[in-house]
Amino acid sequence: MTIPVAMTVNGKPASGKVEARTLLVQFLREHLGMTGTHVGCDTSQCGACVVHVDGRSVKSCTMLAVQAEGAKVITIEGLAESAEKLHPMQEAFRENHALQCGFCTPGMVMSAIDMVKRHNYQLDEATVRRELEGNLCRCTGYHNIVKAILAAAPAMKSAGV
Amino acid sequence: MNAPTGIGARVKRKEDQRFLTGTGRYVDDLPLARATYAHFLRSPHAHAKIKSIDISAAKAMPGVVAIFTGKDIADAKVGGLICGWVVKDKHGQPHKSPPHPVMAVDTVRYVGDTVAMIVANSHDEAKDAAETIKVDYDEKPANVDLAKALDKGATEVHAEAPGNLIYDWEIGVQADVDAAFAKAAHVTKLDLVNNRLIPNAMEPRAAAAEYDKGTGNYTLWSTSQNPHVLRLILSAFVLGIPEHKLRVIAPDVGGGFGSKIFCYNEETMVTWAASRVGRPIKWTAERSESFQTDAHGRDHVTHAELALDKDGKFLALKVETIANMGAYLSTFSTAVPTYLYATLLAGQYTTPLIYANVKAALTHTAPVDAYRGAGRPEATFVIESIVSKAAKELKVDPAELRRKNFIPSTAFPYQTPVALQYDSGNYPPIIDEAIKIADYKGFEARRAEAKSRGKLRGIGFSSYIEACGLGPSRVIGQLGGGVGQWESAQIKFNPTGNVQVLTGAHSHGQSHETTFAQVVSDKLGVPIENIEVVHGDTATTPFGMGSYGSRSLAVGGSAIMKAADKIIAKGKKIAAHLMEASVADVVFEQGTFKVAGTDKAVPLGQAVFAAYVPHNYPLEELEPGMDENAFYDPSNFVYPAGTQICEVEIDPDTGVVEIVNHTAVDDFGNIVNPMIVEGQVHGGIVQGVGQALLENAVYDKETGQLISGSYMDYTMPRADDVPSFKLGNKVTPCPHNPLGVKGCGEAGAIAAPAAVMNAVHDALAPLGVSHVPMPATPLNVWQAIHGARAAAE
Repeated sequence: MTIPVAMTVNGKPASGKVEARTLLVQFLREHLGMTGTHVGCDTSQCGACVVHVDGRSVKSCTMLAVQAEGAKVITIEGLAESAEKLHPMQEAFRENHALQCGFCTPGMVMSAIDMVKRHNYQLDEATVRRELEGNLCRCTGYHNIVKAILAAAPAMKSAGV
Repeated sequence: MNAPTGIGARVKRKEDQRFLTGTGRYVDDLPLARATYAHFLRSPHAHAKIKSIDISAAKAMPGVVAIFTGKDIADAKVGGLICGWVVKDKHGQPHKSPPHPVMAVDTVRYVGDTVAMIVANSHDEAKDAAETIKVDYDEKPANVDLAKALDKGATEVHAEAPGNLIYDWEIGVQADVDAAFAKAAHVTKLDLVNNRLIPNAMEPRAAAAEYDKGTGNYTLWSTSQNPHVLRLILSAFVLGIPEHKLRVIAPDVGGGFGSKIFCYNEETMVTWAASRVGRPIKWTAERSESFQTDAHGRDHVTHAELALDKDGKFLALKVETIANMGAYLSTFSTAVPTYLYATLLAGQYTTPLIYANVKAALTHTAPVDAYRGAGRPEATFVIESIVSKAAKELKVDPAELRRKNFIPSTAFPYQTPVALQYDSGNYPPIIDEAIKIADYKGFEARRAEAKSRGKLRGIGFSSYIEACGLGPSRVIGQLGGGVGQWESAQIKFNPTGNVQVLTGAHSHGQSHETTFAQVVSDKLGVPIENIEVVHGDTATTPFGMGSYGSRSLAVGGSAIMKAADKIIAKGKKIAAHLMEASVADVVFEQGTFKVAGTDKAVPLGQAVFAAYVPHNYPLEELEPGMDENAFYDPSNFVYPAGTQICEVEIDPDTGVVEIVNHTAVDDFGNIVNPMIVEGQVHGGIVQGVGQALLENAVYDKETGQLISGSYMDYTMPRADDVPSFKLGNKVTPCPHNPLGVKGCGEAGAIAAPAAVMNAVHDALAPLGVSHVPMPATPLNVWQAIHGARAAAE
């Protein structure tokens, strides 16, 4: 039995028929072919699948697709204005070499943007480290991710995003 | 002016754009038309006989396309998985080599051993069907405790390896070492367990395969660190598909750390079944499967003794180790605790006599193989722990004891007593720099200040050496390695002057697309944006060995340099023709051929164009085209070295260890991109810190159940477990490769565990604690503190 579901993903309408058990991340990856959002675990620990749902960061492996009915979903694919103009957080990750294999990166970037906004663009290192509790990275040792987020906070503020 | 892009520049990565915008392409991201999905049924028991498997109900489940069991594989005469490194024991006999079936036939030997493959129209349907398969197991006692695995009467994992012994191997002359110990002024003894780790690359292993009925060609997409070697193993030993009919593609791969070197059963099965199912098959491990079935790392039980003379000079070292192999021998498992471990036991020191005995044991646990550092972290942990312990016993400064025993810079090339010849190095300036950065002089004041807050502060050193850049093929062959260890490169100019650089190495986070392009840009003067590095596809890249053992730049980069030399040599001939000059008079500078002493000049791009449009070209003497191949086989390993200093604070009430400072100073030889090297060091340190403080693969010793089988039980390092790091570097160029580079990928993980544990022991020494097991979790630390208190009372 399938259930119809409709939402807005990166500003565009998206709909499909899903099983009741279909996770939001499955809907994004398997139904919409948007494979930028990754799955790195099966216990909602790693954070590779973080997207924004109605402006809040959500682990899309922890939410059913049908729960996102009518929601506005933003994924890593929807952040950059254009190929030339990345979101300040994406730019900060590149500038600070905050990614290596790239697998955790989409979730890191989405979590980081939410973190900066929740802290009103004002963060210190300890706060960033504590806030990254839900995102695992095995490559970078977090050093440059922390640096990138601290650099992105003022950049996001001046860019008004 | 544009930012510099050559060797030594902090060039931003070319690969970042796609990873940052969600347009990377990992195996699970592949859109394969009409794909089916595989799920593997795993053994819930550590050791059992399979009495029967009933798949009748599962076959009738919705969406099921096919189900295969071990019997199907055996009937099809599929070969077993292989161990590619023959280690000869101390009597010269090759190691025991029990069979490693692709799927279990009549016996399961660890929790996670593969029992059946279910192929369905969706992953969920395959999983649903798996739940209806009835396997009748006859449970048997499991042999899980490594310390007891070789005991008389221990349950045998394989009849082919009596007493669970894979080999009893040694290096050095025991009698000479014993004689030195007899004359020692002081002997330091150490018992340690090098805790078992689960690699946990963030991308789970995945495989997808497709069979083209028309051509008979197979394509396998795999999360592999070495697609050519994977194809070779599958073709020559396991599946028998000829190499030219099997294409292996390792696209974007999300980390490896060793765990994706090996040939696993899932990719084997997916390929084998693709032709039988007639549709593409995709499989991606769930994290719980990764925990159970990725090859694990480390897992040693070791006793070591260090003999010193009255002045603190090391006289001899002896080491006895039992190394866990798990239930089956993984691809390179046998080499890790021998040639990658015991040969490193000299460390940075002049210890003249070393004897090591390594016994490799089977247990009913997942296979154990190379994991970031592979043997070298284990060796470094032994040496650097015992040296710091000796310093404590002798009440001398741990840095001084190290300095006193360092191989002097004038002694290189330095022949160690355990086979390796270190090519270059200069260790004292490294430790001096680390001491400066870490403000070692100010430590006692910080310790006193911490004490005033009720905290125990400690400092620990770890001075490591590693042999990497695998490796000289002749040596590898003499040691029993089944493959060559050269690397390949192809530099292929297009007529319009842009370049493809094809490499047999593979990047799964290492940034080859950037650093290899820097090398070519620097050498040939081509703008970096006009250079594309291609890797990971057996159909497009020359045969190569892949990436592991910090080898890509030292070996693969050297192959690129050789190919570039050939480009220049050919370009000189073309340019000489175009300039009507003698080849001997042509020089190549910054991308342009010139005739010395004249204003004649031909840019490389013009020579390339002439090679593809050879209207004015010496066709009688020279082939058209500009496309050069090279293979590079190194004459020796490379020997990065460094010192890490870790400073911790421990809360004696809770046992919680906080790393408050961590410094690393490394000598990686010449550096192509410092930004990328620093990133490698950061990541390595945190994997080492993870081993020291957090990570532990725990099997229940009775049942063999993997207790730490998820991110809720296995403590991965998180951002708030570690500080930002302080790095420094010193350079002694590698004398035997054209770039003068050493490897940087493993160093952090090699040195960190000893630095952290030495700091923990230093912090707890005032309480009379002499040993904390690794990882130094709050529980282990708390128990050590209370054990020492109880002993004192």
